[in-house]
Amino acid sequence: MASKADSSNFAQAEKRRDTDHESFLAHKRMRWLKISAVLCLIVVISYFLVDVEPRHNGGTWYGYTLGTIGALLIAWLSVLGIRKRNISEGKWSLKAWTSAHVYLGLALIVIGTMHTGFQLGWNVHTLAWALMMLVIVSGIYGISVYAALPRALSNNMREMTRKQMVEGLAALDRQLDSAAQPLDRMEADAVINATQQDAFRAGLLARLTGSYPRCATKRALKAFPDGALNKHEEKVASLLRKRKSQLGQIRRHMRYKALLEVWLFVHIPATIALLAALTAHIVSVFYYW
Amino acid sequence: MPETYRVAIVGSGPAGLSAAARAAQLGMSHILIEKTDHLSDTIYKYQKGKHVMATPSNLVLRSDVDFDAGKREFILDTWDRQIEECKANVRLNSEVTAITGTTGAFTIEIKGGETIQAEAVIMAIGTQGNPNKLRCPGADMPHIQYQLDDPGEYFDEQITVVGSGDAGIENALGLAADPAQRNIVTILNRSAEFARAKPANVTLLEEAERDGRISVRRETTPTDVRDKQLVLETRDGAETIPCDRIIARTGSQPPRGFVEKCGIEFTSEERSAFPKLSPSFETTQQGIHVIGALAGYPLIKHCMNQGYDVVEFLNGNADLKPADEPILAEKFSALPGNRSVDEWLEVFRENIVILRELSPLQMRELMLDGSVAAFDAGDVIFVRNDPGSSMFAIAEGSVSVEVNPADTSITVPIGRGSIFGEVGLISGRRRGSTVRAAEPVITLELSRTAALKLLATAPTADRAVRQITIERQLLQMFGSGLTPQDVTEMVEAAEAVEIRAGQNVIEEDADDTDFYVIQRGSMIVEKTIGGKPVFLSYLPAGSYFGEMAVIDGNRRSATVKAAIKSEVIKFPGDAFMRLLERNPKVRERALADMASRRQINAFVEERKESFSGAVDMYSETAKFLIDNGIGEATDVLLIDETLCVGCDNCEKACADSHEGLSRLDREAGRTYAHLHVPTSCRHCEHPHCMADCPPNAIKRGADGEVFIDETCIGCGNCQRNCPYGVIRMDPKPPKKPSLLSWLMFGAGPGPGEASYSWRKKTAQKKGLEQAKLAIKCDMCAGIDGGPACVRACPTGAAIRVAPEKFLTFTKLAEDVD
Repeated sequence: MASKADSSNFAQAEKRRDTDHESFLAHKRMRWLKISAVLCLIVVISYFLVDVEPRHNGGTWYGYTLGTIGALLIAWLSVLGIRKRNISEGKWSLKAWTSAHVYLGLALIVIGTMHTGFQLGWNVHTLAWALMMLVIVSGIYGISVYAALPRALSNNMREMTRKQMVEGLAALDRQLDSAAQPLDRMEADAVINATQQDAFRAGLLARLTGSYPRCATKRALKAFPDGALNKHEEKVASLLRKRKSQLGQIRRHMRYKALLEVWLFVHIPATIALLAALTAHIVSVFYYW
Repeated sequence: MPETYRVAIVGSGPAGLSAAARAAQLGMSHILIEKTDHLSDTIYKYQKGKHVMATPSNLVLRSDVDFDAGKREFILDTWDRQIEECKANVRLNSEVTAITGTTGAFTIEIKGGETIQAEAVIMAIGTQGNPNKLRCPGADMPHIQYQLDDPGEYFDEQITVVGSGDAGIENALGLAADPAQRNIVTILNRSAEFARAKPANVTLLEEAERDGRISVRRETTPTDVRDKQLVLETRDGAETIPCDRIIARTGSQPPRGFVEKCGIEFTSEERSAFPKLSPSFETTQQGIHVIGALAGYPLIKHCMNQGYDVVEFLNGNADLKPADEPILAEKFSALPGNRSVDEWLEVFRENIVILRELSPLQMRELMLDGSVAAFDAGDVIFVRNDPGSSMFAIAEGSVSVEVNPADTSITVPIGRGSIFGEVGLISGRRRGSTVRAAEPVITLELSRTAALKLLATAPTADRAVRQITIERQLLQMFGSGLTPQDVTEMVEAAEAVEIRAGQNVIEEDADDTDFYVIQRGSMIVEKTIGGKPVFLSYLPAGSYFGEMAVIDGNRRSATVKAAIKSEVIKFPGDAFMRLLERNPKVRERALADMASRRQINAFVEERKESFSGAVDMYSETAKFLIDNGIGEATDVLLIDETLCVGCDNCEKACADSHEGLSRLDREAGRTYAHLHVPTSCRHCEHPHCMADCPPNAIKRGADGEVFIDETCIGCGNCQRNCPYGVIRMDPKPPKKPSLLSWLMFGAGPGPGEASYSWRKKTAQKKGLEQAKLAIKCDMCAGIDGGPACVRACPTGAAIRVAPEKFLTFTKLAEDVD
């Protein structure tokens, strides 16, 4: 029968339903931004207050401390990829994780750089630092597109799913196919070229910029200049214009998705390389102690 | 003089064929009459290869014919073989058109003019009914069919589909799907719109029309069916089209009319009513018995058991205990007192007021759906804010209700014979107060379905429950201090009013003074500001409104209209005024409520002056959400598209938390002002999916979630009944390799829902093919941490909200960036 556990479940669910919807950047009133800022402040102030001989570098007690904190942070930050995919029970929230990931990751700029004592060179240690900066920079790009693009993505969808967009295109193609029957050879070929061009075969550049200079639909439209069109041609031209606009929606969708995802192709491989370089850095440091 | 059978069995479904097998076994002279050319038409019409379930699993099968869960073909083969083996007397292709006579001498008329004489009749015709025929000359032509089993069978034909419902549209689409079949398909619609069909089907049809694959004729009816031709009446006059085949999908006639014509009474005028039956399934027309789905038992096992039982009764076996006896015995074994099943049934029926008019058969059925429990003095029966849609009745003892959450010592007693928990049943809302046993008590808990069935079949029970509900709602709304005597005047003057979605209950500036309580559904309050209606607030079931005009005597300050189909209780304003005059405390409370409502309204109006855009946005967003079912929701997933990056981690998390299938479709659904309502369960207050679930597998769980339990038979009714399309039918997929082995070695399909082909192939390889069952969101009940979709959202776009908390100005107008 009803017990305390049930009412606490209710309380928990009520709390969940009560939560304001905040983005990962504003999670819990910027809790992780505050923590990271304090962390950075402590590191920066102590960097100038602590006097180590002969000068700041990774090999002093202070450098080791920062290095340990940094290495632990990197290890923990890279676990996000697993957290995201391992849907286990428990009160974790991926939004909280992302929030912490973002702000603690940014704090690494200060921690990692102070750890080097600005002694950079052509060696495995600097490689690790450079990879870390690469990961962070790609991450900053990620934050900015996550903040900026969702609205555009949503506006462009106009309540259509990806499947509906593709089906919309296929439906237009079927209509074009039958509407083009009475046309002459040259016009018909232009239509066939347009409908047969694979909308999804596009290079990385086309995807990211959204510009498709070799678009067969655009070219086909040129075969039907305004004025001087008979009834059949007018119908085909109008269908081609619809096709162009449908293609435009699909291409914009692909562009936003590509912009939202492309950085991960740097961020994640660079993270893996960073973990390798970090291991090499740590092993070599202790080997040559 | 033709032979007179001892018993004629009409209908050869599970119930009828089980009865015929029993009669054959007993050597009783009998005839089994079937309309079609095969046994058991309903099961026969199931999709090929469908896995038929055998629930409830705790009920033993008592029949001479075997039945167990399995493929449709296997079950039909078994039945055909066993009916032949037991030498049952079967007559196929015989549609019964009338049954006349009295017990001992019935005449059964068969279509075509023949008659059959029988001493007794068993009607087991199910609820499928007869398809509506075309109402025009030539409606009996052989090229008209009412069913389309396989659209792939027809080639090179001119086919006309009549009917604009989902069945008609799906048939037309199926016939036109493959151009290689070269069919010319036309669909006729009497009106201009396809209002009865699902929007998705209408979209597909319109697309097919644009493509020229289907010719859609609106405002057109068939007027004459000829060989190879069909005459149509269109808006512009008569027209004749070539036509080789007509598929008529214009709905079906429920069998009730036929049953009533045979002299059988039903329990009520309600569509959901069943024939009145004695414990031995005899109807009000002596000698005619009704069993199976027509009697209200849609499950195959029940039907077969009843077929056996009814023949035993006819054979004079008066001692036969129904097959559910052991189930009831087990139910009652938990109660103190060591009474027999029959004694307990009598105790419950005698003591509980609302059950007194039930027959023993109805009592048994009710007890099967209900659960009984004994509590010691002081035991908690339910706690305030528990979700619960069941109703309790007290068979022995009494309970006390803690009416004031702040002070548990203030209680109201409820005695033997009465009921409690009815507010949860009627409003679909959480329990309003904690109830404890005041002395040792024996209760009967009726699930929502069982309770609704009871109220539909027993009018006195319905009246009693309504009266009690109104009285208690008034007492509860205004807190302590009121006694039932105080509200007697109000209760007597109360009038229940059904309100359509969108219908106004109160209109701004009107000068009526009625006072209302929302019993079921919800309302929205709107005020016209600057010529535009502005959404002020949302009122859930259990709230009252209309008090302002009563108290201050002014005209109505705002419009109140139904967000969804609702029921309100209307009280005359002067009765409410007298109640306030007699009870200063209640008056104080009402004034305080009124002041806070005024404040909210004033706040929104003020904003309208300075932040007109924000108020419009708020108002429009609130209306959009209500149009999308949030008004009847209890807990709904929303996606803030200013934050959503489209990673689909919510869907993946859903699939990985639930046997590998996602119960939400993020992309699908409507969007307004970047607020997206995905295709996902709203956990409605009065779930549409529960309406017609043969095994009663859909329930409301401990956290308010609507879920489907393991007794699902995969019939798909819930999927069809859900207006939001959130239920899918799929077999449980095989287990995926672990996340680690995917990360390390790329084993399996990775996180989220595996592709259909992977699921199918792997299941085949492992020999784990399963029946398609209904699956839907269960709000991650029983999973620590709560809904996985929300937990797994990396940006905070996915939120789950309750309407009464979310449909407020602060929540909707807040800026999330």
